[in-house]
Amino acid sequence: MKVLVVGTGGPLAQGVALQLKARGHEVMGMDRRPWTDAPKGIPTFNVDIRKRAAEDVFRTQLPECVVHMATVNALTAGGEERARINVGGTRAVFEHSVGHGVKHVVFVGRHTYYGAGVDSPLYHTEDEPPHGIGEFPELADLVAADLFAANALWREPRLCTTVLRLVYTLGPSRQGTLASFLKGRRVPMVLGYDPLFQFLEEGDAVHAIVHAAEQRVKGIFNVAGPSPVPLSSIIRYTDRIPVPLPEPVLVRLFGRFGFPKLPRGAIEHIKYPIVVDGRAFKRVTGFQFQVDEVETLRRFREIASVDFK
Amino acid sequence: MGSPTAKEVIDRMELPFNGFGIDPYGVSKKHMAQALAVFGWLYRNYFRVKCQGVEHVPKRGRGMLVGNHSGGYAIDGMMTVTAMALELDPPRLAQSMTEKFMNALPGASLWTSRTGQFTGLPEHAERLLHDERLLLVFPEGARGTAKLYKERYSLVEFGTGFIRLALKTKTPIIPFGFVGGADAVPSVRNSKTLGKLLGVPYVPITPWGLALPAPTTCQLHFGEPMHFEGSGDEDDATVRGWVGQVKSRIAQLIDEARAARKARVTGGGDR
Repeated sequence: MKVLVVGTGGPLAQGVALQLKARGHEVMGMDRRPWTDAPKGIPTFNVDIRKRAAEDVFRTQLPECVVHMATVNALTAGGEERARINVGGTRAVFEHSVGHGVKHVVFVGRHTYYGAGVDSPLYHTEDEPPHGIGEFPELADLVAADLFAANALWREPRLCTTVLRLVYTLGPSRQGTLASFLKGRRVPMVLGYDPLFQFLEEGDAVHAIVHAAEQRVKGIFNVAGPSPVPLSSIIRYTDRIPVPLPEPVLVRLFGRFGFPKLPRGAIEHIKYPIVVDGRAFKRVTGFQFQVDEVETLRRFREIASVDFK
Repeated sequence: MGSPTAKEVIDRMELPFNGFGIDPYGVSKKHMAQALAVFGWLYRNYFRVKCQGVEHVPKRGRGMLVGNHSGGYAIDGMMTVTAMALELDPPRLAQSMTEKFMNALPGASLWTSRTGQFTGLPEHAERLLHDERLLLVFPEGARGTAKLYKERYSLVEFGTGFIRLALKTKTPIIPFGFVGGADAVPSVRNSKTLGKLLGVPYVPITPWGLALPAPTTCQLHFGEPMHFEGSGDEDDATVRGWVGQVKSRIAQLIDEARAARKARVTGGGDR
């Protein structure tokens, strides 16, 4: 199968490209950020998905499957540019795919789509609308990109569309929302709250995406990992120090004294859990994570201890 | 041999704890043991709860404990959860459906989450039952805890959602009556103004002013499981009929519990 992976400037997308290649597929990468040590067998196109040159890649290379991983998830990223990349980029992926004979698009979204809030259910299923965008407007572009990808299911019935809502990932890249939150020695918590966090080891996340691409499953799927773990346990097990602070104090300290820089709305995400039900994806693809929650955190502790040295 | 410690009780609960001692819903062994140490002491020594009919609660598999509120706040709920841990063999975790404000309060949010007491959302209730858990439901809702001392043995209007859920998930209902809570927190009135300040619907005012519970004698009576056949999509009149049956049975159990408690208090029975 000829696969184009969009977003290969990021470590997770690079992992997907490498694994697809290792499994015998013809793989290409695309990102405006370079993949400096890309292997020779994986040609990469250093273009922005929203520009004309990107469409040329679709036209000339005629991929059969496109894995779209060029969304910006970091909550610290700037609003307008992030929205342009997430919504504009997703639109471009689908337009070029429909226009140039792509059979299957895999959109890799995030479980934060569902939002966190006081009255959110603990386990989210794929048929739920997003919660809490009102409190966290910075999430709106990710939600919009997800919904745009999801409505391709009826808008473009001849195209096989897979929308994945992937939990946080932790692994060697030390990148991603959760890894960034754990970057400092002292990790803030909201006093009186200790939400569950759900995560996948990076290798398992790569397996899940490759599974979806190979099996060409149509629909929207949560991709969950092992059992969720309370934030306080994650912090302690990775040798960090939890610093519980009253909410009004904490919001004033974001971005200061070594605390992560987060928008005001992100506070709900460290008060309440976002946990997804991944049974549908497992049933359809047979995906099973290989690394449990304890081992994932143990590995991350070893890798990320360098952050303090 | 003495009573098992709270930690030993929690260790015997048949829940799928992971390597961190956390189950898939975030229930924590550590927090459960700490809570049970406190509530177990209150159960035995402060509220002196006597439990009857516990054999009607299934040892395993889904079940819905449905009962009355007694007292200005949910002492009944805390003691029923404790009874399931201390009186059942193997011990079980009863998971109540709490009011939304509990999850909004710092501290309360953490402890309710770690002890499996979740906000009363249909999604939570249905998922827990499909997962063969034991649900604790008070169909009177917040109206039940707002009852004043003089109304302590009455039942206010029941919601109907619990019957539809029991039908949909084919869950047996185990009715229970709880008495004594109103003597622990005898509300003479409810202050909504104080409640607003604290982020709760109201604060019960007792004859001694504070809402701190007094030591008392409580009685908890379980009845035989009630089974209803249907899909959960039945018309309101049919469902209300079944709700009425459950309500009547709970009223009977309250009467039985009152008689047993009176015998204990006046010395005519097992104290």
